[in-house]
Amino acid sequence: MADTIHTWSPRLPRNRLQEALLTSSTARGLHQVLRRRSTIAFLMCLPLILIIACLVVYPALYSIYLSMLNKAQTRFIGFGNFSFLLSRDVFWMVVQQSAIFALTAVFFKALIGLITAHLINNLPAKGQRKWRGMLLVPWVIPLALSSLGWWWLFDPTHSAFNYILKSFGHDEIAWLSNPYWARFSVILVNIWYGAPFFLIMYLAALKSVPEQLYEAAAIDGANAWQKFRHITLPMMRNIIAITVLFSLIVTFANFDIVQIMTAGGPRNMTHVFATYAFLLGIRSGDLPLGAATSLFMFPILAVAAIFILRGVRKRGREIG
Amino acid sequence: MSTAAVAARGAGAGLGVKGSLSRNRRWALIASYFFLVLFAIFFLIPPYYMIVTAFKSDAEVAHMATNPWIIANGATLDQFKLLLTQSDFLIFFKNTAIVTLCVVAITMVVSVLAAFSLGRMRFWGSSILATGIFLTYLVPDTLLFIPLFQIVKAVGLLNSYWGMVLVYPTLTVPFCTWIMIGYFQSIPKELDEAALIDGAGHMQMLTKIFIPVAMPGIIAAMIFAFTVSWAAFVYPMAFLYSADQQVLTVGTVTSLIRADVYKWGMLMAGALIAAAPPLVIYAFLMDYYIAGLTAGATKG
Repeated sequence: MADTIHTWSPRLPRNRLQEALLTSSTARGLHQVLRRRSTIAFLMCLPLILIIACLVVYPALYSIYLSMLNKAQTRFIGFGNFSFLLSRDVFWMVVQQSAIFALTAVFFKALIGLITAHLINNLPAKGQRKWRGMLLVPWVIPLALSSLGWWWLFDPTHSAFNYILKSFGHDEIAWLSNPYWARFSVILVNIWYGAPFFLIMYLAALKSVPEQLYEAAAIDGANAWQKFRHITLPMMRNIIAITVLFSLIVTFANFDIVQIMTAGGPRNMTHVFATYAFLLGIRSGDLPLGAATSLFMFPILAVAAIFILRGVRKRGREIG
Repeated sequence: MSTAAVAARGAGAGLGVKGSLSRNRRWALIASYFFLVLFAIFFLIPPYYMIVTAFKSDAEVAHMATNPWIIANGATLDQFKLLLTQSDFLIFFKNTAIVTLCVVAITMVVSVLAAFSLGRMRFWGSSILATGIFLTYLVPDTLLFIPLFQIVKAVGLLNSYWGMVLVYPTLTVPFCTWIMIGYFQSIPKELDEAALIDGAGHMQMLTKIFIPVAMPGIIAAMIFAFTVSWAAFVYPMAFLYSADQQVLTVGTVTSLIRADVYKWGMLMAGALIAAAPPLVIYAFLMDYYIAGLTAGATKG
């Protein structure tokens, strides 16, 4: 990087002059150059436009069409799949469980992320890197593989957690076969996986709060809670909002954990939208019904996405 | 401990307020370490338990009376030997490696070109396109896997890992483009003006100035593309079903489980090897990894 700057900078003043001379004499040709420039720019974007158009926009629109066909995809049935889903108890349980799953998991992820970010920020600068590196490990392991590890921890006959419970004289817990404990387990795994992401985002945000604000507050006699409430929180409000909304989307649409640990059971009580759509669309081969199920996620995701976009733009302006 | 306590007491006696402040700070530090250790235990339990299980013999895994948290009867590599000789694990690994390398290459070419064009050159509709890219990044894979099933089937790539090379870029390209736009925009305008005056074309400008200067961003984007395509689960789960085409994540979770017999030692050995490449990259390039993570919300 230093090399590049070094080679270019000495020539800069003279060439600027040349450029000024050139542009005045060839003012008419400039228009053509600009036009060519924008054509090149468009061509450079073309692969990206093709990928997004063919593999995101087209499937999204096709999904709407697909969801209005019958199972054999031979007949147009309008909103038949949607009204069928709305009339089923299992579907309403999926809606409920998706909401519980996403809201509880995101709340605890944000809380744990905030706490651990503050704890690490308290440490002397030398040790912070080590702790940060260690606590980010759950985020780095591919989720499907760590879910497998959790499944083994919750295994009905060999559960390592039950070994500990028994050694304290407590009864065994049927982690994945009792519906309520199964719900607890999948949420716990999601918190474990996602909290480090919040930790990293908050830690980066904490570092960007100017130290003078805290010094000024200390002189005014503010205690730790007041500093947090009146300096840290307002300064981090935007990044907290972005992270929470982003995590809400990812958690709401999560598939890996539930599919691997319970596959929706027991009694369909741990199904979320993604696993239920997979069960109907791929496993049972009713693609239109599966497409309709996934589409129910869309309104919620769209609202979250709009707010994220607003937050990111605002933050972009703040940073400059 | 005693010298520190004496020093603290001495400072407290001599300086009053300042001493109590440093004592407070020391207690805050001790409390921080205490709670961090608790969180670290929570975060590291699964990887620890996976390692412990992978090095146990089958007999010890099945024996229920011994403490499962430690290796009581000596560590063994049997599970790894069994995994590499008696299962399709190596095929999964090879497939995943091919898919990931192709996806990273495609992603980098597409997103660097697009980011250069959107970050520097501008054309009609380019700012709308930049917003659209960010929105695409927010579309989860579970929303599109059913229509994509039909599309992958229509192009004849169902149950082929080349189908994954086709669909994974939808997960990687938007975010990589987004962070590369940020990195490219942070490069001073004077640099490309100078290059233009010296007669460099757009391509030369990109390869001689932008790519070298934005190298940290490119590495961060590559790491992101690598980890995403290595860990992808929904698409292979929906589009691949025979063992010779399967990738690591789905293969480890489904194919290694035969009938009702769970070979947990072998499964954990497989999960460990499968998780190793992202972990190794993370260990060596942690700063780039974190830069890529936080770039989404902090704009480069």
